[in-house]
Parts: sequence; structure tokens; C-alpha cells
Amino acid sequence: MISLFGIFLLTLLVIVAIAIVHTRNLFAAVMLTSIFSLLMAANFFILDAADVALTEAAVGAGVTMVIFLSALALTAEREKRRTYTRSAGLIVVGVTAITLIYATFDKPPLGDPDAPVHQHVAPYYIEKTPEFMGFPNVVTAVLASFRGYDTLGEVFVVFTACIGVLFILDARRGVGSMYGRRGRGLHHHHIPQNVGRLLVPLIVLFGLYVQFHGEYSAGGGFQAGAIIATGIILYGLIEGENAALAAIPRPALLFLMVGGASLYGLVGVVCMLLGGHFLDYSVLAENPVTGRQIGVIAIELGVGMTVCGALLSIFHAFAARKHS
Amino acid sequence: MTLIEILGHFNYWVFAILLMVGFYAVIVKHNLIKKLIGLSIFQSAVFLMYITMDKVEGGTAPIIQPDLPDQIYSNPLPQVLILTAIVVGVSTLALGLSLIVRINERYGTIEEDEILEAD
Repeated sequence: MISLFGIFLLTLLVIVAIAIVHTRNLFAAVMLTSIFSLLMAANFFILDAADVALTEAAVGAGVTMVIFLSALALTAEREKRRTYTRSAGLIVVGVTAITLIYATFDKPPLGDPDAPVHQHVAPYYIEKTPEFMGFPNVVTAVLASFRGYDTLGEVFVVFTACIGVLFILDARRGVGSMYGRRGRGLHHHHIPQNVGRLLVPLIVLFGLYVQFHGEYSAGGGFQAGAIIATGIILYGLIEGENAALAAIPRPALLFLMVGGASLYGLVGVVCMLLGGHFLDYSVLAENPVTGRQIGVIAIELGVGMTVCGALLSIFHAFAARKHS
Repeated sequence: MTLIEILGHFNYWVFAILLMVGFYAVIVKHNLIKKLIGLSIFQSAVFLMYITMDKVEGGTAPIIQPDLPDQIYSNPLPQVLILTAIVVGVSTLALGLSLIVRINERYGTIEEDEILEAD
């Protein structure tokens, strides 16, 4: 039954993707992208990836759509009608699709427990997490501890991309087009404004729960950062830029971004100073399990701060820019 | 091959189709924002492939339940890789969009052929 539902969702996904590419209205395309992400999140959930579903729902359906919309507000809303040479593209895409589908028959079918991917390090992670970490979420354990180097790299990629956006779109004085007339947000639309006001504290509270309960249930820094960022972005959209910047000023955003990434690196250096390897948290306390828990909580906090600060800075950079 | 065995590859077919739909938008469309949307569909297709690989028959999300010792768990590793990739994906997407905004300010258009003509 659940696999039938999965097939239904995947078919919808293909239809939405074709509609996104087909439509000339970029606004509609962006809205469909949001629906695409939500369907993708539902699919991830069916495939047992609760943490990934949470991230995709917050980032794909929330933040990505807002950033796309603010870029549309600065460029054009419609794609121009063109006479393409479609045939060459269609042939390339068709041949590659057939080759890829032919290649999938070599892959083990969905859910095969003997697939090579399940034989390597995954059983070790699942078996050792309760003993090494003392908390049940294996995804958080792998993310923050077993493969902490990878995550450090990813955090710095997010950080660098955000610095790039801030350099390319230097904030100019004035009110951007994303905040409605005179930058007062949705001042004249009472229903979205009041519903939004009710939702913002709940979204931020849920984000904090996801951050600090991420070791015991689905969650962690990446998801929490994205969820809190969507809450603040919603606040900015309904109350205007000044209110959003009064809640979290630009220096505070930079502090979150830089402080989070530094906190992550600093935990690694402290581990080295205490006689362990870089990001080997077991030396942080007398009991290695407690030490690892302290390390995981600290770096998850760093990840959450960086992601939240970076996404909000990117949003403000787009939203504060005037239409040329 | 029975029907179940064939449907066991359905996720991978959707992966291939989505990958190619995104690729088509990148190579055929002239609008730069449309190209980036295509690129993010392409990226989502890769995410779908990784998450499809993590599923184990009869498994559940990899959050250990000590009172159920025989429970099977799905593979946590692809989930970790994709979880971070989603957040990295949105920040690189924002970088691409900021370049498009600047291109629009300089050339007054986001259609690739008009930009090439203006140069």
C-alpha cells in the first residue's frame, strides 16, 4: 500500500517537473518548484529519511521559494517567447534518459537488504551509536561525530556562498521591492498579517525544539537553522524590513554566521589542545560518552547558527536591493 | 521478471526522468532563471537517487529504539550526505541568482541570446 502511494507521489513529481519546464510564467514556475519540493519531502519521508524530509520541507518549500521570488522581483516575471532549436536538445536528453534507465536494471531493487551500500560502514554506525554517543539518532551521530569533517566542510561552503552573495549584492540604501508598498509589509492585508503573526512564534519555537532535541528525534542544526530562518523571513514579509532588522540586526546576523562557523572549528581545536585528534570529542569530559555529547551539542549549535545567519543574510541582501 | 521486481526500479526511473527534465531546461531554455530552476530539479533528482538507496525492506528511520532489539533500520549514511547537500544547494542557488540579478542590472535582460548579442 505504501509503495503504491510512493508510485503515486513519484508520478506527480514527474508531472510537476515537466510543468515547471514547460510554463513561460516564471512566477508559476517558482510556485510549482515549491510544490515539487513538498512532494519530494513526502517521498523522502516514505523512504525512511525523516531528517532529510524535514530539511527539504523547510529549505526547498520555504527558503528557496522566497529567494527565487525576490530574484524575480528584481528581474523579469515572464520568459520571452523564442524560436528554439528544440530537436537537438530533445535527442540528447532522450538518448541519455534511455541509457540511464537501461543502467538502472543493474541496480539492486528498492529495499534490498543485501545491496552493497548497506554492507560497508552503515551497520557499524547503527550498532555503535548507542554505545559511543548515548543518544538514539544515528543520522545526528554520523553528521556531527563520525563524519564531522564532512559537515565542517559543508558549513564552510554555506558560509562562503553567503559571503559571495553579500559581495555581489552589496546592500544599497532604500526600500526593496519585496516589502510591499513603502516597505511596510502586508499592512493592508489583515488576514495574512494576523495569521502570520500567530505563526511566527510557533515556527521559531519549533525550530528551537528541532535544534535542541535533534539528538533524540529527527532534527539537528541544519533543519533548525532553516526553520528559524523561515520564521524570521515570514516576519519580515508581513511586518516590513525595518521590523525584521529590528528583531535581528545585520551585525547580529553576521555574528551568527561567523560565530557558528568559528564555534565548530574551535571545538575541534579545543579537542586537539586537550590531547585528542581534531574533532575527537571524547576528551572534552572525563567520561568519553559525555564528552561526545558535549561536542555534538556544541557543533550542532554552530551549524544551526551559521545556517540561520547565512539564509537570513541572503534573504536580506536580495530583498533590500532596489529594482534597477 | 515479476511486476514487483520491475516496480522495484521505479524510483530509479523517476530519478532518470527528473534528471533529464532538469538537464533539458539547462541546455535548451534561454532564460537564465529557468536554467537555474532546471539545475535545481537536476539536483533534486540526485537527492532522490541517494535517498532511494538508503531504504531497507521493513526498515524504519535510523533512530534507535532500545526496547525493540530486532528492529531493522534504514541506512543513515546517504541521509547525512543529502541533508547537508540540500542546505549547501540553497546557498549556491542564491549565489547563482545574485549573479543573474547583476547581469540583469548590467544588460537589462536575463535571456541568454540577448546578452550574447549585446556583448
